[in-house]
Amino acid sequence: MELFADYTLRMVALGSAMLGIVSGVLGCFAVLRRQALLGDAMSHAALPGIVVAFLLTGQRDPLILMLGAAGSAWLAALLLMSVTRTTRVKEDSSLALILAVFFGTGLVLLSWLQQRPDAAQAGLRSFLFGQAAAMVARDVQVMVALGVPTLVLVALFWKQFKVLTFDPEYAASLGLPVRGLSVLLTSLIIVAIVLGLQTVGVVLMSAMLVAPAAAARQWTDRLGVMIVLAGLFGASAGVVGALISATARGLATGPTIVLCLGVLTLVSFLFAPNRGLIWRYTRQAVPQV
Amino acid sequence: MQPALAITDLTVAYHDKPVLWDVDLEVPASTLMAIVGPNGAGKTTLIKAALGLVRPAAGQTLFYGRPYREQRRLVGYVPQRGSVDWDFPTSVLDVVMMGRYGSLGWFRRPGKAERQHALAALEKVRMADFATRQISQLSGGQQQRVFLARALVQDAQIYFMDEPFQGVDAVTERAIIDLLRDLRANGKTVIVVHHDLQTVPEYFDQVCLINVRRIASGPVAEVFTEANLRATYGGRIAFLGHAEDDEATPSRTEGMLKGVAD
Repeated sequence: MELFADYTLRMVALGSAMLGIVSGVLGCFAVLRRQALLGDAMSHAALPGIVVAFLLTGQRDPLILMLGAAGSAWLAALLLMSVTRTTRVKEDSSLALILAVFFGTGLVLLSWLQQRPDAAQAGLRSFLFGQAAAMVARDVQVMVALGVPTLVLVALFWKQFKVLTFDPEYAASLGLPVRGLSVLLTSLIIVAIVLGLQTVGVVLMSAMLVAPAAAARQWTDRLGVMIVLAGLFGASAGVVGALISATARGLATGPTIVLCLGVLTLVSFLFAPNRGLIWRYTRQAVPQV
Repeated sequence: MQPALAITDLTVAYHDKPVLWDVDLEVPASTLMAIVGPNGAGKTTLIKAALGLVRPAAGQTLFYGRPYREQRRLVGYVPQRGSVDWDFPTSVLDVVMMGRYGSLGWFRRPGKAERQHALAALEKVRMADFATRQISQLSGGQQQRVFLARALVQDAQIYFMDEPFQGVDAVTERAIIDLLRDLRANGKTVIVVHHDLQTVPEYFDQVCLINVRRIASGPVAEVFTEANLRATYGGRIAFLGHAEDDEATPSRTEGMLKGVAD
């Protein structure tokens, strides 16, 4: 417990827990709606938004940078939808294209910014792979201020999101405003993504959405349980990974958290009852003996 | 009497290619209507356009004389069961309760009344024992009956069903037929996209033959004729045995259709 007495570590743990819960919960919807790749494209697409927000305001305030990130992530999502709808380019091609173009733009802007003399930009590079140790109280405040309302909205629109995810056309036939609800859900997924900018970084953020959800799905057949489990998995991997990287010198936080998630997911895929590989293998093997 | 459904001049196009062209259709109340036609004839599109799920290029759809927006509560929908991921983490009862989400209001959670409703609907489709099952453990026919139960709890006046008989077992087929008749007896109207020409006269009162354009619609006895079927299916199907060049035609169809045509 001595760990948590340290101010920095306390901030890191709190922020990563918040991030893990929100991305675990929203990741379930992203995965079940088959939008995992969209999540990946949107998180990469957040990079130019961060740089532009910094260029325009000259500030490194987390809220401003997150707004910029959310803006360009949304722009990418809208662009993707209109390309898929109006041209004959298939969805996977346009996803790859948009991810690369946005991320490339972000990298160019970032390297151009690097040559400018003002010192404040020095930290922006950490948004690539995350740097939990740099987290201060202000970062955590913003994360909580965005994360808690996100979770409240998911609880409020629970049944709408459920039927939207399972059977969107049926939801529309019930008179639900499917378009509006999709926009809301995508926006909440973007909130989850921008919460992770500081800790995990844009490159690996999609793992934060996908891995807890995929792991949680192994253990349960109920959406409610899956979402709670995914939140727990996300939070524990986030906290453990961030603390390891914050205490060990020179370890990037994002990759460390993703490794923790990887272990969790692997264990889930192997050992979960019913759906786990070992369970299946032994059940198949028994009758042959 | 006012028709349950009246479609006029309905045209739907995807990428400038017409899928439905200038379709008119009237469905009298308390009848069972089959919509038949070859693959790609626009049967599913017709249903989806009526429900506002695809945007028509032109045309009007009225339910008991009023547009869908105002009559949404009167309309129930059973999509093709292949349209969803059955590995979704949820139970049979939960899926059926989704039928109540429209009438529950924005923030109310389904409670005891909804459970009761859902269980009664499951009873009707002979799936009560499966209420707590995870949906991935169901057979195709059972999945179909779950979708039917979900539409039943909507307590609608008009039901649209997209190929409910597609690939189901005999028990399910029987259950669906009983259900259709039960609905009709209670004054409901059911419009069913149907593939199996043989069973049309046995199961349905009305039929609509469609192939992009509406070929014919009305009572089965009047409309389900060789000439109309030929016009609908073109050379792709053979009737009444005098198309010797088409060996694929099962003889049962011939007998059935002959009786109708006479």
